[in-house]
Amino acid sequence: MKFKLTFWRVIFIVTILLGIYSTYVRFFHGLGASTNLSDQFPWGVWIGFDVLCGVMLAAGGFTLTAAVHILNIKRWKPIVRPTILTAFLGYVLVCIALMFDLGRPYNIWHPLIMRNPHSVMFEVAYCVMLYTTVLALEFSPIVLERFKLEKPIKIIRAVLIPLVILGVILSTLHQSSLGTLYLIMPTKLHGFWYSPLLPVFFFISAICVGLAMTIFESTMSSKHFGRELELPILKELGRVLMIALSVYGVLRLEDLYHRGMVGAMFKPGYEMYLFWVEALLSVILPLVFFTQKKVRTTAGGLYLVAVMVVLGFITNRLNVSLTGMETAAGLHYIPKWTEFAITATIIAAGFFLFAMAVKYLPIFPEHEPPKSEALPTPPVFAKATAMSHAND
Amino acid sequence: MSKALLYDATLCIGCKQCESACAEANQLPYDDKIAAETQQSEKKFTVVLSKNDKFMRRLCMNCEDPACASVCPVAALRKTPEGPVIYEASRCMGCRYCMVACPFGVPKYEWGALNPKVQKCTMCGNNGRVLAGRPTACSEACPTGATKFGERDELIAEAKKRIADNPSNYVPHIYGLEEVGGTSVLLLSSVAFSDFGYPQNLPEDRLPLRTYKVLSRIPDFVPLGGIMLGGVWWITHRREEVAAAEGKTGAGKEHK
Ligand code: SF4
Ligand code: SF4
Ligand code: SF4
Repeated sequence: MKFKLTFWRVIFIVTILLGIYSTYVRFFHGLGASTNLSDQFPWGVWIGFDVLCGVMLAAGGFTLTAAVHILNIKRWKPIVRPTILTAFLGYVLVCIALMFDLGRPYNIWHPLIMRNPHSVMFEVAYCVMLYTTVLALEFSPIVLERFKLEKPIKIIRAVLIPLVILGVILSTLHQSSLGTLYLIMPTKLHGFWYSPLLPVFFFISAICVGLAMTIFESTMSSKHFGRELELPILKELGRVLMIALSVYGVLRLEDLYHRGMVGAMFKPGYEMYLFWVEALLSVILPLVFFTQKKVRTTAGGLYLVAVMVVLGFITNRLNVSLTGMETAAGLHYIPKWTEFAITATIIAAGFFLFAMAVKYLPIFPEHEPPKSEALPTPPVFAKATAMSHAND
Repeated sequence: MSKALLYDATLCIGCKQCESACAEANQLPYDDKIAAETQQSEKKFTVVLSKNDKFMRRLCMNCEDPACASVCPVAALRKTPEGPVIYEASRCMGCRYCMVACPFGVPKYEWGALNPKVQKCTMCGNNGRVLAGRPTACSEACPTGATKFGERDELIAEAKKRIADNPSNYVPHIYGLEEVGGTSVLLLSSVAFSDFGYPQNLPEDRLPLRTYKVLSRIPDFVPLGGIMLGGVWWITHRREEVAAAEGKTGAGKEHK
């Protein structure tokens, strides 16, 4: 087998090399040497992007499992596996990112025995730990199938529904808790983003991003792994996404209005520009584009909207965690290159692991080895495949 | 009873005795270079600022209901009944939420260390003085009585009296009496506190309540959420069971 150097492979290798060097700087010279963080600005891109965005981007997991297993929307079944894979990888990567950001990473297990139930961070820590376990269990049948271990699969299928319910509850809790984290800083976070409704906004936007990421992922993998695109499913997801976005948009606007921030929305300034970038990308443009039939009904159009929504909410999380905190801190924070390198490496690792999983595990239905048909599939699942084909 | 510090800027002569006494009591390095620094840092828990012949100390306010302690996931920071907000490094994971949450921007970090600690004035709680019933090092060292240690209630009464006796000498405000629900450090000054970087826009409610209001709903949410989701599942899957049952007996019709 010959290894060919393509453009993306070169980028990938360079990223990994820079990442390894930055990891060395981080763990042998400390946070001060590897970041531009300071006493005035203690949380940077590792919290803002790697953790806040990472958890948000993995929200497809609970959104889709809830839709398929609890609301019983069987048509969506074919895309559950790749979504759970993304969610699982996402959470594992978030935990790895935390190891970089924590000043004393070897104490990461402390919340297990040293509890402060008044702390939102404590609750997030527990939810993330438990939810990563739930995702691992939800993901495990895929691995077990690969090795044809039928007994454990049976056990997991038997507890699947309670597991899914637990997963949805845990996700709801910590997706919104990431917003609650900022409720204690009324004088630090800029008025565009500080709102008593932060937990609600974080939760609804996680659902939006979960749907958008699912569309994004399906389109990407149909391109790169040469599989058929489930366009009818994506169209439906798109509609649900629009409804969720509208709810979010109206709530945000009402909230800004009631807190007297409407005037500030038109006063030029650093925060205002970034606020509008967020508003345009996350809500306004997607909703406007979606009025076009061409966007609603084509793979390309849906992909475009999904990318905008994802970028828009990434901007939102960065605004909450970075932009909105700068005025109070009295400085502009620009991450050091080593901070970027580690973030980029984590993203690259995510893509790499996703590709590997798709290659070696039965993630997509048609990649399942034909023998797996002989597995004891409950009637529900068998029907689901039949129906999804009927819809094609 | 809860102890407190009363700092009266009008009595302060800017000698920085408090700074060096603090460094000594907490085993921090102190020399002329550090004395010239005007920022609290991991090696300087308190600073004496000066501006137009006016002085002002800055140090951790040791809040009554401290945001830093409330957010710490592992309870490494803790408010003691004696007043000090103390720090236990061996518990800390270094998440730095305490630094982000503190409304006064107090906790500092050892950015250069591989095993970094959060550093701040602990009202001489960590060095054992106050918890053993002794006054803080800074108040003991103060030659003019500008920094005074005592019972919080008594110090509040005294601060009120000083303002009442000499209204032209003070801005009519005891900083720390009501800010974020009260603090164990009380300040008096003849010029606006904001001149020295003390935040002016602080709410009077205890900040931890804002997050706790949300958190305290969780114990209800979990069982209710479980029942609701389970209920939805039950309903959406009921039709299928019926269909399956009908299918088996052959009585049902295919509805496709
Ligand atoms: S001033 Fe800040 S660090 Fe000090 S007790 Fe209050 S919240 Fe904690
Ligand atoms: S940095 Fe340490 S003391 Fe501060 S909140 Fe995190 S664990 Fe607690
Ligand atoms: S109370 Fe103790 S730790 Fe705080 S400034 Fe005074 S001497 Fe330093």
